Amino acid sequence: MVTKGTVSGVVANMVTLAVDGPVSQGEICYIETGGDRLMAEVIKIIGENVFVQVFESTRGLRIGAKADFTGHMLEVTLGPGMLSKNYDGLQNDLDKMTGVFLKRGQYTYPLDKESKWHFIPLAKKGDQVIASDWLGQVEENFQPLKIMVPFQCEGTYTIKSLAKEGDYTIEDTIAVLTDKDGKDLEVNMIQKWPVKVAMTNYKNKPRPYKLLETGVRVIDTLSPIVEGGTGFIPGAFGTGKTVLQHAISKQAEADIVIIAACGERANEVVEIFTEFPELVDPHTGRMLMERTIIIANTSNMPVAAREASVYTAMTMAEFYRSMGLKVLLMADSTSRWAQALREMSNRMEELPGPDAFPMDISSIISNFYGRAGSVSLNNDETGAITFIGTVSPAGGNLKEPVTENTKKVARCFYALEQDRADRKRYPAVNPIDSYSKYLEYPEFEEYIKEHINGEWINKVHEVKTRLLRGKEIAEQINILGDDGVPVEYHITFWKSELIDFVILQQNAFDAIDAVTPLKRQEEILNLIIDICHTEFKFDDFLNVMDYFKKMINICQQMNYSEFGSDKYKDYKKQLESLISERKVG
Amino acid sequence: MATKAFQKIYTKINQITKATCSLKATGVGYDELATVNGKLAQVVKMVDDEVTLQVFEGTGGIPTNAEVVFLGQAPTLKVSEQLTGRFFNAFGKPIDGGPEIEGEEVEIGGPSVNPVRRKQPSELIATGIAGIDLNNTLVSGQKIPFFADPDQPFNEVMANVALRAKTDKIILGGMGMTNDDYLYFKNVFSNAGALDRIISFVNTTENPPVERLLIPDMALTSAEYFAVEKNEKVLVLLTDMTSYADSLAIVSNRMDQIPSKDSMPGSLYSDLAKIYEKAVQFPAGGSITIIAVTTLSGGDITNAVPDNTGYITEGQLFLRRDSDIGKVIVDPFRSLSRLKQLVSGKKTRKDHPQVMNAAVRLYADAANAKTKMENGFDLTNYDERTLSFAKDYSNQLLAIDVNLNTTEMLDVTWGLFAKYFKVEEVNIKKELSDEFWKK
Repeated sequence: MVTKGTVSGVVANMVTLAVDGPVSQGEICYIETGGDRLMAEVIKIIGENVFVQVFESTRGLRIGAKADFTGHMLEVTLGPGMLSKNYDGLQNDLDKMTGVFLKRGQYTYPLDKESKWHFIPLAKKGDQVIASDWLGQVEENFQPLKIMVPFQCEGTYTIKSLAKEGDYTIEDTIAVLTDKDGKDLEVNMIQKWPVKVAMTNYKNKPRPYKLLETGVRVIDTLSPIVEGGTGFIPGAFGTGKTVLQHAISKQAEADIVIIAACGERANEVVEIFTEFPELVDPHTGRMLMERTIIIANTSNMPVAAREASVYTAMTMAEFYRSMGLKVLLMADSTSRWAQALREMSNRMEELPGPDAFPMDISSIISNFYGRAGSVSLNNDETGAITFIGTVSPAGGNLKEPVTENTKKVARCFYALEQDRADRKRYPAVNPIDSYSKYLEYPEFEEYIKEHINGEWINKVHEVKTRLLRGKEIAEQINILGDDGVPVEYHITFWKSELIDFVILQQNAFDAIDAVTPLKRQEEILNLIIDICHTEFKFDDFLNVMDYFKKMINICQQMNYSEFGSDKYKDYKKQLESLISERKVG
Repeated sequence: MATKAFQKIYTKINQITKATCSLKATGVGYDELATVNGKLAQVVKMVDDEVTLQVFEGTGGIPTNAEVVFLGQAPTLKVSEQLTGRFFNAFGKPIDGGPEIEGEEVEIGGPSVNPVRRKQPSELIATGIAGIDLNNTLVSGQKIPFFADPDQPFNEVMANVALRAKTDKIILGGMGMTNDDYLYFKNVFSNAGALDRIISFVNTTENPPVERLLIPDMALTSAEYFAVEKNEKVLVLLTDMTSYADSLAIVSNRMDQIPSKDSMPGSLYSDLAKIYEKAVQFPAGGSITIIAVTTLSGGDITNAVPDNTGYITEGQLFLRRDSDIGKVIVDPFRSLSRLKQLVSGKKTRKDHPQVMNAAVRLYADAANAKTKMENGFDLTNYDERTLSFAKDYSNQLLAIDVNLNTTEMLDVTWGLFAKYFKVEEVNIKKELSDEFWKK
């Protein structure tokens, strides 16, 4: 029997329902108003009174309006046909919606029921299978997608029959499974999963160690992230969070990229919609959009759906990870998500925690980040979700609950600094405050030794030390004056500026400079470290600046030139002759 | 709004606060309008049969036996070409003595645009002010506020921008505006002969503060009419959004909501986003561009209002008095237009992005040199040159009294580069300096 409810109270998008039967926390219901059905989620239950957050505007809703409960939590529909789609936070296909404006109560099916997929069996009749085991494979946009035993299945099943290779729709039965009691289960390509429950359909979750190449020097070289790693980018507005995130999502080496635009600007989402279909994936040469899913819940869309959007994105990522794919998940911004939680907590008149956020904000954030990671599946294949979230701290002050709680769980920290942004030193990642815990992992060190070189990590540490030393000297010069410090100090300072201008700073809008492949990063790092190790002769600090500015200029021209081209080699020669001018010995 | 025959009249109010009152009523819809002794009010909370109304004018003088009539609809505005050239109050009623508007009645605060139906903004809005056009180029469909202290001439700059920008309609939403400022806008617009493309919704400091909450929705509903139905380019000016937020705080406080940062309601971000996100470029050619003002107290941008605004809008423009030249300038450090890369170097000359960055970098060097000077250190020759450059740059480009086209702005900047620096000090891509460096 379906539980029914009657509206007994409305405050903005929080509605109170009097119910006539059992209701579970997180259950979805639909409230009827003026011909529209408004989707809502249970967030609190007190006796007969059920508090729900409505995912839409409640304008015109009346006391006494009827609601039907669905018996399930907020869930997503998973299957072939999701790649290159644009969804809202509740997985409605935005392109299927009619009209320029979003109509209330309009829900669209996220998959395509008509398309046929070419199915190739991977299992055979008589096989013993458990939940998430691979039954077969279809190809979508060149990605091998697995058709899996329904995630909800418990215990072992025997494959009674399996479809032959051929074309099927998502609703066609492709397998019949028999459980241990002899009951048959028909399986098609569609899976459903509640978004707020983590998928644990893997064997184990080892520590991640494989470098995830992003083409952004300040990340790859200085604070690398790994496949299955977690990172976050806090920064005040205007410091370039979104540009950096877009750069990563365009360039990172991943099979699937999911972008959750959570409570962000619509024009930024439009930028993705407009630009991605034009972009070519630098790793495969195919269109970037083919491997991308966008979850767009812009800041003016209903706040409760914003909260759901990050979960929707994570669940999709988990779905692809179960197929042994490498997924990159980007959420911009997790602060908006936390604010959505705060708004609801506020409406429920809960006692507020720090900065009026709900008390359990810390566990909500850590549970969410915990869903990322690299896993070994039951068949020993591996899959990974790399998660990078941005945080928009109020007033750029990192001592606020969302930043602090994220810092506890994310392993990479990319601090965007107002001062660097003001001076147009982009990406404005502060090289001294930022870190990657993965640099300390012995597994990672081993991996780098094999894939780049054995000296790499030492050089990275040296660069960091030099940047710190450069900053200290700059402070001393500010106190003591230019001639108050020895000339050697100026040389050390300008060597750190060289690192800053040539390695850290990168022009995201320049076709060549925007992406630096690892090979090229290796060469730049070696080059710069060699210069840093070179002894130069100066009599006067005034000449130091002029000399290094010239050097920086040449190196930047190199960054703008195609790697290995004649122009590049020409600048390299200029650089060598400049170095020999002042080189000692 | 006249009482209709079949409407039920309630006469027993249970509770009255400064901004709200509640009573027992049935068959009421959320967000619905009502009149309380003729004063306009809106449903903000319903618990069983207890309905809480927010009274826009304030509840002063409302007795417990006031007549309450529910109007069965959310606030509406009648939209048609007749709006043009007229001045209205927060309820959309004419305040210029002219006749009522006839047209289609639409609910204000309507739904959002489906993000996949938006078009990427790509049209430059030229203002002639180099601090904006050169460093922080505006694009149609953008939303951007001025962050300014109350004593800065933001209304003058905004009026200038509005008149110079090539748009079909200018819609002014004035919230908590002084009567003097209201008259200033009225005069500037009529003197410029621009009244035929201007529509104003004004709540002055003499009007009740809660009424302000309707102004942005009124202005944007009329903007949507012209942008969607007529495919026009509409520029919406909202001044001052801090007064709007103050009114939000008043209402949430009266409703006993737990305040979050700076006593603002926890929903401030969503409330502001709902307004600003109405800025849009439609595929059919119409667009809504929003230029707003957020007044700061003592330049503090960490306050909840500017802070939340900064995360929603596509950049911000800072005004600052530059004591070196004695003029108000558009601060190149704190100002930012996030959409500028959609037009700069594409709709403007190709050297635009690099020239802009190089100039700001040199200006930053000048700021460092200035600190050095103030601390009593000797300046190097380079420091001296950056200081002279900064002064010229401020005077000839950043000052708000500049009126040039973007090509002229770029030429002036190259001129300043050549006057004070060597090519390698400016750090520009060689192909560009080869072409544009003034010999």
